[in-house]
Amino acid sequence: MLLLLILIPILAASVILLGAPARKTANGAAWLNLLLTLVALLRYNSAAAGFQETIRFPILPDWNLQFFLGVDGLSLVMLLLTAIVTVAALWVAPVVKDNERAYFASLLFISAGATGAFASLDLFFFYAFHELALIPTFLLIGIWGTGDRQAAAWKITVYLAVGSFILLLGLLGLYMAMPPSARTFDITVLYKHADLIAPGSRNAIYLTLLTGFGILISLFPFHTWAPTAYASAPTPAAMLHSGVLKKFGLYGLIRVALPLLPDAAKHYAWLLLVLLIGNILYCGLATIGQKRLDMMLGYSSVMHMGYIFLGLASFNIIGTTGAALLMFAHGLSIAALFAIAGQVRERTGTLAFSELGGLAKPMPVLGFAFGLAAFASIGLPGFANFASEILVFFGAFNHGNAAPYSQYQIATALALWGVVISAVYMLRGYKAVFQGEIHERWAGLKDITTLRWPLALLIAGLLLAGFFPQIFVHLVRPVVAAFLPK
Amino acid sequence: MTLPWIILLTPLLSAAFIALFTQKLRTPSAYISVAACTISFIATCLLLRQPDGPAVAGYPWLDLGTFVVTIGFKIDRLTRTMLFVVTGIGLLIHIYSLGYMEDDDGKSRYFAGLSLFMFSMLGIVFANNFVMMFIFWELVGVSSYVLIGHWYDKPAPPAAANKAFMTNRIGDFGFMLGILMLWVHTGTIYFDKLQAAVPALAHSDPKFLWIATVLVFCGAVGKSAQFPLHVWLPDAMEGPTPVSALIHAATMVAAGVYMLSRVYFLVAASPVAQSVIAFIGITTAVGAALMATQQNDIKRILAYSTLSQLGYMVTAVGIAADNAAMFHLFTHAFFKALLFLGSGAVIYGTHHEQDIWKMGGLKNRLPSTFLTFLAGTLALTGCPGFAGFFSKDAIITAALDHKHPLIFVLALSAAFLTSFYMFRLMVVVFWGHTRSKHARDGHQPPPVMTVPLVILSVFSLIGGYSFFAGKFLTLPHEEHINLGVMALSLFVFAAGAGLAWFVYNGKDSDPISVPLFANRFYIDDFYHTLIALTQDFLASVSATFDRWILDGVIVRGVSGAAWVTGFVLRFLQLGNLQAYAFLFGLGSVALIYFFLFVKP
Repeated sequence: MLLLLILIPILAASVILLGAPARKTANGAAWLNLLLTLVALLRYNSAAAGFQETIRFPILPDWNLQFFLGVDGLSLVMLLLTAIVTVAALWVAPVVKDNERAYFASLLFISAGATGAFASLDLFFFYAFHELALIPTFLLIGIWGTGDRQAAAWKITVYLAVGSFILLLGLLGLYMAMPPSARTFDITVLYKHADLIAPGSRNAIYLTLLTGFGILISLFPFHTWAPTAYASAPTPAAMLHSGVLKKFGLYGLIRVALPLLPDAAKHYAWLLLVLLIGNILYCGLATIGQKRLDMMLGYSSVMHMGYIFLGLASFNIIGTTGAALLMFAHGLSIAALFAIAGQVRERTGTLAFSELGGLAKPMPVLGFAFGLAAFASIGLPGFANFASEILVFFGAFNHGNAAPYSQYQIATALALWGVVISAVYMLRGYKAVFQGEIHERWAGLKDITTLRWPLALLIAGLLLAGFFPQIFVHLVRPVVAAFLPK
Repeated sequence: MTLPWIILLTPLLSAAFIALFTQKLRTPSAYISVAACTISFIATCLLLRQPDGPAVAGYPWLDLGTFVVTIGFKIDRLTRTMLFVVTGIGLLIHIYSLGYMEDDDGKSRYFAGLSLFMFSMLGIVFANNFVMMFIFWELVGVSSYVLIGHWYDKPAPPAAANKAFMTNRIGDFGFMLGILMLWVHTGTIYFDKLQAAVPALAHSDPKFLWIATVLVFCGAVGKSAQFPLHVWLPDAMEGPTPVSALIHAATMVAAGVYMLSRVYFLVAASPVAQSVIAFIGITTAVGAALMATQQNDIKRILAYSTLSQLGYMVTAVGIAADNAAMFHLFTHAFFKALLFLGSGAVIYGTHHEQDIWKMGGLKNRLPSTFLTFLAGTLALTGCPGFAGFFSKDAIITAALDHKHPLIFVLALSAAFLTSFYMFRLMVVVFWGHTRSKHARDGHQPPPVMTVPLVILSVFSLIGGYSFFAGKFLTLPHEEHINLGVMALSLFVFAAGAGLAWFVYNGKDSDPISVPLFANRFYIDDFYHTLIALTQDFLASVSATFDRWILDGVIVRGVSGAAWVTGFVLRFLQLGNLQAYAFLFGLGSVALIYFFLFVKP
């Protein structure tokens, strides 16, 4: 089952490169994966503990290295996110003139890599699948990007490659810190023997992992690659990277760093709190200061990472569950926003606020969709983002039944101010692009027609999880409860 | 027991149905929305007839063991009163909108917005816990946003909608923080359990309690547009007039007062919070009344009046007269909705003229509008026998009874100002000679608009008597009626009305000019400057810093790995793919080293 989820996009990419019709094959593969993911969700037994649907092939027995797949509630949520965003991203892909085959194959490889990373229970493949997804991301930006695409591609490449490299060092460090007889990349075994990790090196390993993952997630101050990369990236690539692939780092923190190194994580909680406030307040303000829609969305995505970090920093079930839900919610909402921005750019050729305005008149459906996605992203009740943020705030504020005015409570209060900031930039952006008086040259724009469906898919996902968040809580809560204090 | 669910969900279904299926069918959309509101109203009437029954099963929306958020129902006298106000006035305004928005292009969107608003507001009314209240609190915010910005293709309405939403979010920031503080300390978000836990908290940590209560009150400051967050409400008049009547006069802005009544046990337990609330309330009551005396837009005068009357209600909460606050909320809802709908009829009848100095002499051209507007004015200004007389008197008497002489004097002064600015409006709009072509062409609105006016006039007349209001409210003790206070109120009413008649009768332009009041004490300008100097300044600094310093200098320049690779690669003049390959190679070398030289 899981193997199929990874192989289908890879096979589809291969036959596309060999000559199959690119768009149709890619869409078919994406839909098939979504269907299979839903089947996997139905088959998942949330009452049972541990990982399900496991498959393993030994690769290097001497090193305890194996190809090992399996899912629990958390990885299923991430797989569902991957499958939904992949369908939407491929659907909104514009007509590609040059190298259409390579374009669609690259998108499929991102999807396959993300799926593999979320389904891997072996640290080596967990890492390798993410790398597999990164390479096509760089290619997409560098070859099919817009604006100053070379510089953007250059920057994201250096950043993420460095981040991956640091992450690799951290993972190797984790391996080495185990006593020689117990060394393994098997996550399930590591969970059992977390207490064997050499105490002296725990803090250093955690910091390395946090830095590596942090760069990949655009943790302040390692965030500057993200806005320019998303602004330059082709729309489907921006959707897949910001919506799905960026969650790899957060997933890694929940999957690897927090369960294996809980004491180190607590030791450096203050550092994480400071940095995530940097994400929320500093990057939030920088978001307000943007003058183009795509840059604004890129920065807003950086800012929202702060809330997910806040949930992770809470070290309790409420906050961490909220963080996991927010990964899903943010993935869908940012994908929808980038998709809409892409449509605007395709029609007008610009995303500068000063040149746009009143576009909801000729394009009411697109304007309505942007309104829904924008309100989702600023945490309006009814959307998944609100349910998740509430959990994050309650979890973080109640860290260890925190004493009044503790650092956690101050951090939460500061983070709450971000709710005001995000309303400011999102509504200003909405007004600048879709409301107010219309420039004459935009009066004849055509509204989206069939492209409303991928947007509807993303927004329906947000509404479903917003009205019925318990579906996701049931999946995620047992996973995080296993390593967090009751 | 499903009546509450029917009341709550019918408007949501209507909004969803319109958004999904009938966006292009304008008339069906309108009738779907009206039908939904009718169902909610009928269900409310049925609910009113039932004695306090067994609790209604809620829906566990979020459940994490120690933290459970239920969409549940608290149904007591307070709920029933508010349900009647919201669905009753809501229904009248839905019907009125059929006429007012007859030819509007965005009719479907408008009625979907109204339905969404009804759903959200009813959720606030039913809420049995803080998080549920916050959920619907945010949702009324967004429905208000949608309706203020209804005419989104003009410049002013979207700006006003943004201002309303952002200002409310500032209040909600405090609201949420207060909820979090109370939750951490008491472990509950449910009103009943919180009420039981408050006495212990008041005893052990009074400072914590008052900080939390004031923060919760911030929510009410935003939603009920109290000083210093009052600035959004006058701008919200950019929305269609029925929206101003329903949301920005009768119901949503009263939600803050309703919330304070709901959690009155918190306020009662913290004297500091009481003082803060009373101070904010009376400042708003007097300040907004002063601003109202110098406005020229008919809807804005009413908007400032709403601010001022909400200030009365908030003051009442702060001086331990929560019953009087709800009483005034109840009567105010009727007569202020009436006044707004009346102003809508005037605007409709004069081809969208809103400047009172371009009207004049309308009492002969719009007789039924005039009579109903007069009823609303008399009720608002506290003319004896009308609804506002009783409820306003209850607050002023409470100020005296509870030994707040300053508030007593200020409340009376605000009553004088109310009478003055309302009769200024009456005199300028309905008496004198007509001052524009639109006013000369003035015509009566259709019956679908006048009938709601008449019904609301009736309520504005009887709303204060105990045979009617007593059915819904715990009225302030009648034995406390203070004849001296009554005489004083009567005097300030007559003095305000008389002065207005004396100053404004027969005038074609405003003989008084007080720039300070006309410019709203320059508070909006101050905020504008403040935001430009702080938020927007910091925003552009952050954006610039991020781009040129953090990204340009620090990251590329200093940070070790990126710098070295960057330098080496630039030196080699390689592109991005090679850069990646370089690092990938570096990683491979590390791996090979690791596998070759590290023994398992």
